[in-house]
Amino acid sequence: MSTINYYVDERGYFGDFGGAYIPEMLYPNVEELRQNYLSIINSADFQQEFKSLLKDYVGRETPLFHAKRLSARYGTTIYLKREDLNHTGAHKVNNTIGQILLAEKLGKKRIIAETGAGQHGVATATVCALRGLECVVYMGEVDIKRQAPNVARMKMLGATVKAATSGSKTLKDATNEAMRDWINNPVDTHYIIGSVVGPHPYPDMVARFQSVISAEIKTQLKEKTGTELPDYVLACVGGGSNAMGTFYHFLNDESVQLIAVEAAGLGVNTGKSAATTILGKEGVLHGSRSILMQTEDGQVIEPHSISAGLDYPGIGPQHAHLFKTGRSKYVAITDDEAMQAARLLTQLEGIIPAIESSHALAYLEKMKFNGNEKVVVCLSGRGDKDLQTYMDYFNL
Amino acid sequence: MNNRLIELFKNKNKDLLSVYFTAGYPQLDDTLTIAKALEKAGADFLEIGFPYSDPVADGPTIQNSSQTALLNGMSLKVLFEQLKELRKQVSIPVILMGYVNPVLQYGVEKFCADAASVGVDGVIVPDLPMYEYEELYKDVFEKYNLSNIFLITPQSSDERIRKIDHLTEGFIYALSSSSTTGKQLALEDAQTDAYFKRLKELKLKNPLMIGFGINDKHSFQKACSAASGAIIGSAFVKTLDKVVNATQIDSFIASIKQ
Repeated sequence: MSTINYYVDERGYFGDFGGAYIPEMLYPNVEELRQNYLSIINSADFQQEFKSLLKDYVGRETPLFHAKRLSARYGTTIYLKREDLNHTGAHKVNNTIGQILLAEKLGKKRIIAETGAGQHGVATATVCALRGLECVVYMGEVDIKRQAPNVARMKMLGATVKAATSGSKTLKDATNEAMRDWINNPVDTHYIIGSVVGPHPYPDMVARFQSVISAEIKTQLKEKTGTELPDYVLACVGGGSNAMGTFYHFLNDESVQLIAVEAAGLGVNTGKSAATTILGKEGVLHGSRSILMQTEDGQVIEPHSISAGLDYPGIGPQHAHLFKTGRSKYVAITDDEAMQAARLLTQLEGIIPAIESSHALAYLEKMKFNGNEKVVVCLSGRGDKDLQTYMDYFNL
Repeated sequence: MNNRLIELFKNKNKDLLSVYFTAGYPQLDDTLTIAKALEKAGADFLEIGFPYSDPVADGPTIQNSSQTALLNGMSLKVLFEQLKELRKQVSIPVILMGYVNPVLQYGVEKFCADAASVGVDGVIVPDLPMYEYEELYKDVFEKYNLSNIFLITPQSSDERIRKIDHLTEGFIYALSSSSTTGKQLALEDAQTDAYFKRLKELKLKNPLMIGFGINDKHSFQKACSAASGAIIGSAFVKTLDKVVNATQIDSFIASIKQ
């Protein structure tokens, strides 16, 4: 049994990482959350409503699909956790359902969020429509252009989409803008962060909401194979929320090899990459101590990935801890490798994956199997939103 | 050597004007020129910002100045080189202000040592948590005779303000409202008045300087009525054009102080 604690401690740290590095202007908002989140989300009322919405509104549980043709291709047994079948098309909604209920309990009237690919923005706009709360989503100007269908969805759902025009005009800048909005609206607004990043308690809170993924995997795998423990679990990592949810209930099962797949972009050494654990070092970004891509002077380096959802220069602090302790292996997949994996899955199994998820799928190509393994890959989202990118890339 | 900031508040505790500007903006080598001009124009002390790529507490004016400064090549290393001449040219207290990540990468102890050696009197790092300062860095700051200045806002509880007062030597930076930099201070506002009154009633050991939203004579006077003085940032940075002009700086300060 491991003596390392992989979960959050009382002060909001995962080993050396986490904490709340925030200006005083954000302190009351974050403190209010910190003091209340556990008692609210552990209450019977909350759990009942959360589970009921996950089941009847989101469509959980999502299938654990035995992908036979993909398995044959790699000579092993591969299961896909079908988060792409959630309402709104990705795992993001697990967290937004949880946070909107929490925001209501805290008496908040207005919701803000940041989004990269738009999946978290859509998931937030959706739950705001469901519960009748005002919704403002910050999105990088560049992402607004490359994720047009999701922008339209958010607007259709009644959300205001505000363009972040600073820096790289992508996810990190949208996050900065959302934090600024929260600073300027400290009383009535709740900020739904979409990944396991940000000041404590966000990384822990979001991981708890997403942990439904690994809880279901265990039950489903037991039903299908007689054992709840696979040999490998793979998931893609930008900030890392789908991976954290997929790893969560396996963290103390040391026989399960956890593999987190980052976006290498054009290649780790090309200067156009988002491979945080390879290129980054310890520092503070967006309110927590973690690992981030930065210059020697501590300025954040703008990342690159063909997938807007992985285009983030850091990883959540719990991931930094899993990386540093070696509990999870962190690897990187290029844009091209991800695109090939997307086409392979589509043509072998009839599932068009999000480009984010394709990074996890692409790593199967680099693994060696003996035929007896049980491999679970989190298919974090579906590729509808990426059709334009696929069309351009494959000249469809 | 006594800390200039503490000495200043001992000698003068009314109508103090502190001015913020971003190091390396508008041009890389403007830092000392601006500092000198501000002292001559009548600023009581200075806050020199070191730029960061992701300044969440700042509004557009200061964020843009930081981006330009970074493009100009500003870094802590460059800034400390520039500040080697500081005390030959400027005698008023000087505070450095910036975010925690550049400081962590530079090394906290080296940062404090270098700041002290060029004649810096205090530091403001808005995203450095109080617990981390208290447990890891307070002794280092004290060893180098640097004041660590904390921020408070109208949303800060009395208990937290008292804790900050206990940890602070120098002054407390009281934000006029909970906001990013560059918002206008409401001159007639019941909430602001109630907050200023609450601060007075707390009878803190440290003097207060009020910042955020101070941009003209009226807002300066309003802040001075509730504290030892006020801090101007965005409004000053906005007046800096491509070429630094001492006359312009002079008339800006005069428009506030007269």
